[in-house]
Amino acid sequence: MNPLWLSHFTATSSIGRGLEQTLAALRQRRGGLAPCAFETVDLATYIGEVADVDAVRLPAHLADFDCRNNRLALLGLTQDGFAGAVRAAIAEYGAQRIGVFLGTSTSGILQTELAYRRRDPVTGALPADFNYRTTHNTFSVVDFTRHYFGLTGPAVVVSSACSSSAKVFASARRMLATGLIDAAVVGGVDSLCLTTLYGFSALGLISERACRPFDAQRNGISIGEAAAFALLERAPAQLDEDAVLLLGIGESSDAYHMSSPHPDGLGARVAMQDALEMAGLKSSEVDYIHLHGTATQSNDAAEAQAVRHVFGPDMPCSSTKGATGHTLGAAGGVGAVICALSLQHGMLPAGINTEQVDPALGLDYLLHNREQPVARVLSNSFGFGGTNCSLVFARAD
Amino acid sequence: MHPLSAYIEGVGLLGPGLADWPAGQAVLGGREPYRPHKTVLPPPALLPAAERRRSCAIVKLTLATGLEAIAAAGLDAASLPSVFSASGGDGENCHIICEMLASDDRQISPTRFHNSVHNVAAGYWGIATGAMTTSSVLSAFDASFGAGLLEALTQVVADNIPCVLLACDTAYPEPLYSARPIPDALGIALVLAPHRSARALAQIRVGLTEASADLLDDPVLENLRIAIPAARGLPLLRAIALRQDQHVVLDYLDSTRLAVAVTPC
Repeated sequence: MNPLWLSHFTATSSIGRGLEQTLAALRQRRGGLAPCAFETVDLATYIGEVADVDAVRLPAHLADFDCRNNRLALLGLTQDGFAGAVRAAIAEYGAQRIGVFLGTSTSGILQTELAYRRRDPVTGALPADFNYRTTHNTFSVVDFTRHYFGLTGPAVVVSSACSSSAKVFASARRMLATGLIDAAVVGGVDSLCLTTLYGFSALGLISERACRPFDAQRNGISIGEAAAFALLERAPAQLDEDAVLLLGIGESSDAYHMSSPHPDGLGARVAMQDALEMAGLKSSEVDYIHLHGTATQSNDAAEAQAVRHVFGPDMPCSSTKGATGHTLGAAGGVGAVICALSLQHGMLPAGINTEQVDPALGLDYLLHNREQPVARVLSNSFGFGGTNCSLVFARAD
Repeated sequence: MHPLSAYIEGVGLLGPGLADWPAGQAVLGGREPYRPHKTVLPPPALLPAAERRRSCAIVKLTLATGLEAIAAAGLDAASLPSVFSASGGDGENCHIICEMLASDDRQISPTRFHNSVHNVAAGYWGIATGAMTTSSVLSAFDASFGAGLLEALTQVVADNIPCVLLACDTAYPEPLYSARPIPDALGIALVLAPHRSARALAQIRVGLTEASADLLDDPVLENLRIAIPAARGLPLLRAIALRQDQHVVLDYLDSTRLAVAVTPC
């Protein structure tokens, strides 16, 4: 593929608003997980809640879109000058030449969950103020974003569970390659809701502690929420040396089970190999892998097998889900931004909460940050339904 | 911008009064009257017994239409990249989860939860067909058919590979129905390819336009086109059924539609 330039990017999660706070948290190995006190949830678990999401006010003309997910989207869009960068791109390319491709798994479903508590006792009807299209519907976050900026180009939500906001880079690549657009707003937004908290609890996949990816004693995920965005453009001939490029994308399906990964990590292996091939890189040319690393027994075991198969046992790698929690449909976008920070600041972030790396996983899982030049990294995102996506990022120099 | 070009190698169709593509072709081509009746979803024979039991309406609809299109194209489902496009997940399943979460007992079942993800049909598709290929799983509310077609075309054009589009929507029960009135299930599957084979039905060339979307002449079919997001693709199927050069405008986003030139093969 022709390299694509992440001309601007930003992330907001439980470890911070915007890049500066996110980088500081990674440097200080500070996590955002805390005992769950979200809404009326009565589960013994830790969550990665973004502070003050409900204080965010949508512009009056977009009030119909008001829900936790779109408040989080707006909070994320307004960090690090990202909204200004999108407006500058509109001035350069035109509103119809910019695509919007965002990942989410549950969108604004919390709005429907709350509305179901206010049903008419006689008719069972939902309250009159409930607006399905602008809140709960999966497309709502992209529809909000395109209306916020006045964008009229191709727009779609990718919703393949926890690979969603990695897969958006693939959709944007194809749109750019065919000449339909000149730039794309990509990323992911997922927010806390009862469906995922009780759903993952039903599957026995949530930990009662802050999650410990790749730990011998790991026992499940911590659910988080986040908004992460990048502005993707074709790479110009001249770039700053620390500009971040997307070099390769690998996508695959497990074709195995709805909620368990292929035990040998077969789909994950294919995704990583295809991403390297598209980037024209050998596995030895990658400096670091940002793991999907959810901290369930089976996910981490399958991913470790796949990573060992493609990269061998000595590749430095870590999962940042111990810090942010698993932000589900936003996880791929958060991973992309953390990879970009790693490349620009010469830092491999350690996994936190993990006390003893599971020796059976056989990888160089980082428990301490490493300050070193970083040229190329790979980020993994895998999801329910056996959907896999790996992204390769590099410094422009 | 150059229009995106692809060959339609196979069509799958299932909806109210549209039992399959041959039946739909006769109705849309004007050779048979449209007689609406509730969509009948066949059991998903290709799934293992455990998955068959757990599968919901959108899974059955996706498998039925996708397999019809791929059989017509004479291709192997396991080798085809796929694009799944739906306005939302399974409505019935969503209703039951929201009802439980509003009750005193919030313990939803694992099957309910994994059927709630938007990519449930894509997951079951992989299990049924063995396809380890890439799949894009999309939503664009009422623009979902257009968004899916555009995504599938960019796969064909950017990577010079065939791919299958599976645009499916299922009914929403009350009280969600009042907020999202999708009355029944309808799915359209298209196998798109970069090069013409002996089985090609038509070539399509697609670009963006600000023109208004074409309507269907039959008022009952036009109601269907409006009511179910996947049915926004019916004017394209009508153009294919008529087997003559056609220009159609398909619904897409509020400000942007798809201009499609259809040339029969």
